[in-house]
Order: sequence, then C-alpha cells, then structure tokens
Amino acid sequence: MSEKKMVNPRNAYGEALIELGKKHKNLVVLDADLSKSTKTIMFAKKYPERFFEMGIAEANMISTAAGMASCGKIPFVSTFAVFATGRVYDQIRMDIAYSDANVKIFATHGGISVGKDGASHQMIEDLALMRVMPNMTVIAPSDATQTGRIVQLMAEEEGPMYARVGRADAPLIYEKSDVKDIKLGKGMTIRDGLDITIIATGTMVEPALEAQKALKKEKISARVIDMHTIKPLDEKLVIKCAKETNGIITAEEHSVIGGLGGAVAEVLAENNISTKFYRMGIRDIFCESGAPAELMEKYHLNEKYIVKNAQRILK
Amino acid sequence: MKDYDGKNINELELTAVKVRKHIIEMLYRAKSGHPGGSLSAVDALVALYFAHMKFNPKKPCDPNRDRFILSKGHAAPALYAVLAESGYFDIKELKNLREANCMLQGHPVCTYVPGVEASTGSLGHGLSFANGVALAGKLDKKDYQVYCMMGDGETGEGQIWEAAAVASHYKLDNITGMVDRNFLQIDGNTEDVLSLEPVNERWKSFGWHVLEVNGHNYKEILRALKKADAYKKKPTLIVLNTTKGKGVSFMENNVDFHGVPPNEMERNLAIKELTIAEKRLEALI
Repeated sequence: MSEKKMVNPRNAYGEALIELGKKHKNLVVLDADLSKSTKTIMFAKKYPERFFEMGIAEANMISTAAGMASCGKIPFVSTFAVFATGRVYDQIRMDIAYSDANVKIFATHGGISVGKDGASHQMIEDLALMRVMPNMTVIAPSDATQTGRIVQLMAEEEGPMYARVGRADAPLIYEKSDVKDIKLGKGMTIRDGLDITIIATGTMVEPALEAQKALKKEKISARVIDMHTIKPLDEKLVIKCAKETNGIITAEEHSVIGGLGGAVAEVLAENNISTKFYRMGIRDIFCESGAPAELMEKYHLNEKYIVKNAQRILK
Repeated sequence: MKDYDGKNINELELTAVKVRKHIIEMLYRAKSGHPGGSLSAVDALVALYFAHMKFNPKKPCDPNRDRFILSKGHAAPALYAVLAESGYFDIKELKNLREANCMLQGHPVCTYVPGVEASTGSLGHGLSFANGVALAGKLDKKDYQVYCMMGDGETGEGQIWEAAAVASHYKLDNITGMVDRNFLQIDGNTEDVLSLEPVNERWKSFGWHVLEVNGHNYKEILRALKKADAYKKKPTLIVLNTTKGKGVSFMENNVDFHGVPPNEMERNLAIKELTIAEKRLEALI
C-alpha cells in the first residue's frame, strides 16, 4: 500500500482561491450552502466582499455567475458535482457554454468515493454531461498539488471550464515543480512503459501508479498517463500511446460512457487504430452507500483491478 | 411638445409603431417566430431605450451602461427592432431574422448581437443573470441599473423565484424587474394553465417593491421606471398590464398568435393598420 502523504484536493482548491484572490481582484466565488465542504469558506473568510453565498438555489447561482462574468468578473462556482452539473444543465448550457462566459465551475464530491451518502450524491455522469457541452473545458485533477496549479490555470485562461475532484483525502503524487509547466489539454506521461498504457484521470491516477509497480513485478511494462484534461483531449498523445504500446486501459471514477473512456474510444476509432482496449469505470449502473474503499473494490476501481485488466487484455 | 419629464410621448408612440411594423415584417419574412409576446413588450422596451436607460450604441460594452435583459427570449424580434432603431446595428439586418449565416438568431445570443446582454430562450434564466450583473455593479460601486423583462407565463419557472429570493436577500435595488402581464401563454389563459395570481402579493412576499402600470401608457411606464431607480434597499418589480398582440387588431388577445407568424394577408392587414397609426402620430408631432 501507499505510504504517500494524504492531502485533500478540496483544501488545495480553497488555498489556491485565496492566493489567486490576492492576485486577481476580479475573482469572485459563489457557493450554494456547501462552502464548508467545498472549502470556498477559506476564500469567504479572507475576502468576504467577493464571496457570494447563494443558498440552496443552484440554478440561480449558475446564471448569476454568468451575469458577473459579463461584467468582467472571474466567477468560481462551487457545489457538489451532482448539483454542479446535472441539476443545472440548462443554466450551464445557455448562460455559460452558449454564451462563452468566463465562468469556472469547480465541483467537489465527484465519483463514487463520496461513499456513504449513496448514489444520490455519487456523480458518475458529470464528465460526460460537460464534455458534450460545446465551448466547455473539462478537467479532473489527480492530487492536491495538481489541483492548485489547475485552479490557477482556470483563473488565468479564458473560457467556460468545469473541474471536479473527489471528497476524500488523496495521496500526494506531485511536487510543485512537477506541475509548474502543465498545460490544459496536454496529458502528462508520468511513467514510461512499452507493453500497455494506462490512461487515468482524477482519483484513478494514483491507483494507476500503484498498478504500474505491481505490473512491473509481473514483467509487464506499463505506461501511465495522467489525463487531467478530458476535453479538449490530448488526441496526439492517445494515438502515440496506442502505436507505441500493445493496449490501452482507461480508468476513471465515472461512467464508462461519455467520459475519459468514451473520449479515448472515439479517438481510436476515428483514427482507424485497432488495439486492445478496455474502459474502467462504472458500467452503466447506479452504485450504493458504503465506505469508499469498499465501493472501489466492489465496483472494480482500484489498482488490483487495473492489474487484472492489464493482464487480461494483453493475453 | 414635451408632455412628460422632457419626453414627447407622441414621438415615443411613433417609434413604437415603427418597431411594431418591423416585428410584423420580420416574422412574415422568417415565416416563424412569436408575434403576440413581442408586440405586448414593445412599449416598455421603447420607453427604456428611447426615454430612460443610459447607453451608447457605439460602445456596447461600456462598463457604466445600464443593462436590459430580455428573459422572455422569444420576444427577440421586439428587442432586435429596438436595438436597430437605437443604432446598435443596421436596420437592414432585421430582414435576416432567423436566416442561416446571419446574426439575428431566433432567440437572443449575447455573442452574436451588439446590445444583447444575455443569451435567452430557455425561460427563467434572465433574472438570475440580472442578479449577477447587479451584484457586480454593487461590488464595483457602479451606478448602473439592470432591467429584466420576464413573461407572465415565464414566472412559472422555479428559477425565477430562486432569483427573486436572492435579489431581495442582497437588497439589489439596482434591479428593476418587469413582468409582461398579458395573461396569455401557449396553452391558454395564464390563470387556467398555472395560476399566477395574486402576482403583486407573490413578489411582495419575496421582499420586492411592487408597482403596477398600464404597459402601453408611456407616462405610467416612465414614472414607474423612475420610481424604481430611486427606490432603495429593495429590488422593484413593475407589473406591466399589457395586451398580447398589442397594436394589430386581430392579433390582440388572440393566443393563436403566440408562436405563429402572420401570413401574407395578415401581414398586409397589420401593416395597413400600423401605417394608419403611424400617419396619425406623424401629424400630431
């Protein structure tokens, strides 16, 4: 098991907002009665005049953020992933995406590792919903260090963006120096390998790294890609990996439909690339309450299953 | 003759007739669109753009401009005609409503048309957008006012009431909401489809300052707009009592003209009626 330092990406978000709030006087933050959970409360305490509590009224919050963006503000909007996307799809569509508004939706509590709250709160469709939205950039940071850097990029680059992190503490993968040059839309090759490529996003990147170590012991050389940006997808990197290794596994804490796995499949198919391929994710079902690790085991989303799938498809 | 607050009402009414003629021509050419709710909204729009709001059509992004948000986006022809008459873009562009490769989409889009503040058409969003503009205005200590017109049927959308609650919570006195109370929506009378009464009391109970006017009477509209600007600590909602299809006799209070354009005969008849009104007003000025 990992002995890596555990840090919550939500805290990294809160800290990044404070730092960016100092630099960008036009940065504002909106939340829907979840600021203690999303950690926007950190910004609220530091810059109360630029924090807007919108109450349990998410639809209004999204359109309000768009109105603020039309006045030159950089609004960061936060709530749980399930409320930040599905509940407000139409508001995002009209007021943010169609209007090309400079609004940044930063959602927490994405995926099934939300745990005991159950399927009502386990958002496994958000990446797909946001990916079909024209003009929208879709991101799933993998650890706290990367989250901090990505929040900065979101603030400093123009356009509608959606990012999601999980609820739980997550093992630290990166040092600051590892992420200082990352670019939205460019995947990170964090382990090189020749036999198989594991393209992971968000909370599945760390298990992919663990799986890489385990596969090494089995004499399988795995390449690991941290695909933090799901849209625009780094198609060149996907094609390169497909050509240089003998198979691809995608891993995401999300439905296998429409998210990272769907996006990679589309790239492979449209480029006439025939390769061994498997999408790891939630396979078109709603999950259930339970401890996060228990659920990740039950729904086959951990390093053990990455290893199994890698061995299986390479056979 | 300046008959109200330095404004010549006949001139405003003449502008409104021109706007109504544009609407009829636009919808006739486009062979689709929404005459009824466009015509009912015209007088409030003309009052705002020709006698009340501060803006410069040459600088549509001026940070100090007053903002108008058409939440009932299907009244786009009325907004487009008023923007063109105000100088935001060439009046000739109006004939291309709903045509491919043209700027004027079926519903307003802020990235396409100078002067359009918000992309609307899916009902219920505009007041929330207005909240954002108003909050930004307070934050930046700007003195602009944000005007948002909603349809009466549109207020069936739950988001309107989220926005109403937030506007009063934040004491957004720089918002003036307007409800185009024409009593008709696609499926019939608003009180049969989903009753809205008591409209004034609903808004009052959400913490709004409420005014009610004849939405085709310029003195009343302008007086209410002025009062709303001056009212502090609460947002103001102006109930505009209007007639759907106003200005064209056979369209008035006729729900069949909610979303159906005039055919050739109807267009000729409408233009004839409006031209008579136009000549009469010209003679009075």
